Amino acid sequence: MEHRFSSVQQVRDSLKHVNYLADDGIAGVAFLADRLAKPILVEGPAGTGKTQLAKSVAEMLGARLIRLQCYEGLDESKALYEWNYKKQLLRIQADRNSDSWSEVHDDIFSREFLLTRPLLEAISAPDPVVLLIDEVDRVEVETEALLLEILSEYQVSIPELGTITATQIPMVFLTSNNTRELSEALKRRCLYLHVDYPSLEREKEIVLAKVPDITENLADQVARIVRSIRQLDLKKAPSVSETLDWARTMMLLNIDSIDAQTAKETLHVLLKYQSDIAKAAKELSVGLT
Amino acid sequence: MLDLLSGFVQELRNAGLPVSLTENLDAMEAVRHIPLEDRDAFKYALGATMVKNSAHWRSFETVFEVYFSMRGPEYKIGEGTEDELEQMWREMQEQLEQQQGEGKGSSGGMDSLTPEEIAQMLMKALMNGDQGLMRALAKQSVQRFAGMEPGRPVGGTYYLYRTLRNLDLDNMLQKLMEASRQEVGGELTALEERLEKDEYESRIDQFKKEIEAEIRRRLVADRGAEAMAKTLRKPLPEDVEFMHASRDEMQALKKSLYPLTRKLAARLARKRRHGRKGPLDFRNTVRHSLSYGGTPAEPKFKQPRPSKPELMVVADISGSVAAFARFTLMLVYAIQGQFSKVRSFVFIDGIDEVTEFFKGTDDISEAIHRVNTEADVVWVDGHSDYGHAFEVFWDKYGKDVGPKTTVLFLGDARNNYHASQAWVIKEVRAKARRVYWLNPEPKSYWNTGDSIVGEYATHTDGAYECRNLRQLEAFVEKLA
Repeated sequence: MEHRFSSVQQVRDSLKHVNYLADDGIAGVAFLADRLAKPILVEGPAGTGKTQLAKSVAEMLGARLIRLQCYEGLDESKALYEWNYKKQLLRIQADRNSDSWSEVHDDIFSREFLLTRPLLEAISAPDPVVLLIDEVDRVEVETEALLLEILSEYQVSIPELGTITATQIPMVFLTSNNTRELSEALKRRCLYLHVDYPSLEREKEIVLAKVPDITENLADQVARIVRSIRQLDLKKAPSVSETLDWARTMMLLNIDSIDAQTAKETLHVLLKYQSDIAKAAKELSVGLT
Repeated sequence: MLDLLSGFVQELRNAGLPVSLTENLDAMEAVRHIPLEDRDAFKYALGATMVKNSAHWRSFETVFEVYFSMRGPEYKIGEGTEDELEQMWREMQEQLEQQQGEGKGSSGGMDSLTPEEIAQMLMKALMNGDQGLMRALAKQSVQRFAGMEPGRPVGGTYYLYRTLRNLDLDNMLQKLMEASRQEVGGELTALEERLEKDEYESRIDQFKKEIEAEIRRRLVADRGAEAMAKTLRKPLPEDVEFMHASRDEMQALKKSLYPLTRKLAARLARKRRHGRKGPLDFRNTVRHSLSYGGTPAEPKFKQPRPSKPELMVVADISGSVAAFARFTLMLVYAIQGQFSKVRSFVFIDGIDEVTEFFKGTDDISEAIHRVNTEADVVWVDGHSDYGHAFEVFWDKYGKDVGPKTTVLFLGDARNNYHASQAWVIKEVRAKARRVYWLNPEPKSYWNTGDSIVGEYATHTDGAYECRNLRQLEAFVEKLA
């Protein structure tokens, strides 16, 4: 099989090219996923760029992104495939007299009458695709089983039609916010990647890359204040996307150096709970204790 | 390579990490694609294939460091060679000498420095965030201060303590803050001060990690990886014992408690929803039969509504078991939606109700803090007296125990040889739905010394050992 990447460093560089700053772990796992032809299970707090990773990889490979958003109650007909009943009915009615029963029977269960849903579409696509199964922890444990066949064998079995095997093995990303423990069977089939809040330097680079025209000095300040806030015991620590929003706010307000007052006034961009905001405001103005 | 990896997997399993056969095979496949010289890539490859839970990463890292630090030369993966460090060190030293204007000439490398000079170098390194120098200094200070002797059967923590005591890092933080204040010339604003402090703290933390790694390397070199893997093994957060957790482990525990409660709450809610169908709902069935001309073609069933238990937590918060009580309270309050009512009491030798502290605040740790500081739990001398505490509990709150109430007693039942007053438990059990006792001590210690847990346990519906989060979680799930 053709490999997509030649080295870890290459993955890293090309990701950087599409404005995604990967650390060693992320690039390494993406590289391995390609080599071992295995899906990646990405876990971590909300807003740390899990979904963005899949999008960026798609962009970097020039592949189409197929996305399956998971929710409670997701079933086969939404995730895998469905028969197009109306069309089948039409087919039966269209030539009622001419065909024998067995012909019609074989005919209406052919690919023409199959509606592909994201998972089937991903493996039957002729062009390169990246499959993103988003927030997989939202489906029930029983529904997870739907994914197992496609994740390990890259195939879908349809009772009436047989097995559809992938023409090319797509890159698969599963993301999870860790609201529940995923089943062993699912985890075993994936490579595991934990994406945490970025280090100070990486966050600064992300801010620099994503917020146009921001000064180095301001980016540094933003990253450092966010790090301090994350160390507090909060209900919801600020995510990377909120950091970026905050940096953009600073740009809009034409602020080039953050003092305690400005920080306090704009905290609501970073934090979404009143108790968190109060706590952070208090901590920031007290300083050394 | 095969032997090496299977040994490593064995070691991971010994440390409590679940590694399945397929994961093992994946790892073997993965390392074929990774250049072995790249230690980080190698580590991530193994991690991605074998560790499927972020809480286990720390344990994995420790095992990895120990196991691969001293494997024969073909696996010894570069860590920055000695020469490089020496050279960096010399450069720094020259700079320092120039600044001080002392013409000492070429000194004999690191070993000739006085402790004061080392402290000064360290301060400089920390101020500039100079990684290389920090590593060199970590090496040097371990060599100098830890006083390691080959073959001495002491754990790594002992050496770590000795090294850190000599370096006096807390004081260093103060000095660094002073220095940065001077640099700006005058006072920093509160915000700047805080940021500087956080920055230095993270650098000092990093330095501590370097020291730890250095000690580990030396220990492994001395005694071999197999022997060290056993002593250095770090338990998974859910296996850390409440009673013996270090400060760092406590922090980790606290961190893992929140996602755990969220998972637990989700699981319990789901269990409640997915119960089997209840008895026939006659009224509803008749109502629906109207659309079938009076034939009850579509039977309707009542949704079962399992009653939510009322919970009373009575916790010993004396020094020895305080941590356990704290975690249990946190866990119980985090899922209080699963109970119709939660009341909590804490005692040492006196008893006090603390339900109020948890009301109207959604910050559980704040409430716990208030429990520790404001609750009136000392009656005579502040040594555990279960008997007296229970007696008062019965007098004051006994009437509130009803047939829906589940009562939880938490403690090690080390009663300092006071009277047990076990009749209280018996009376409570007669009135309550269930009575449980949770003990953070290992079962083998029960009823030894002044522990009288057996005396109480006979009157309960069950006494459970709750040494770690895993056991606590299992119990709470059963309870709700």
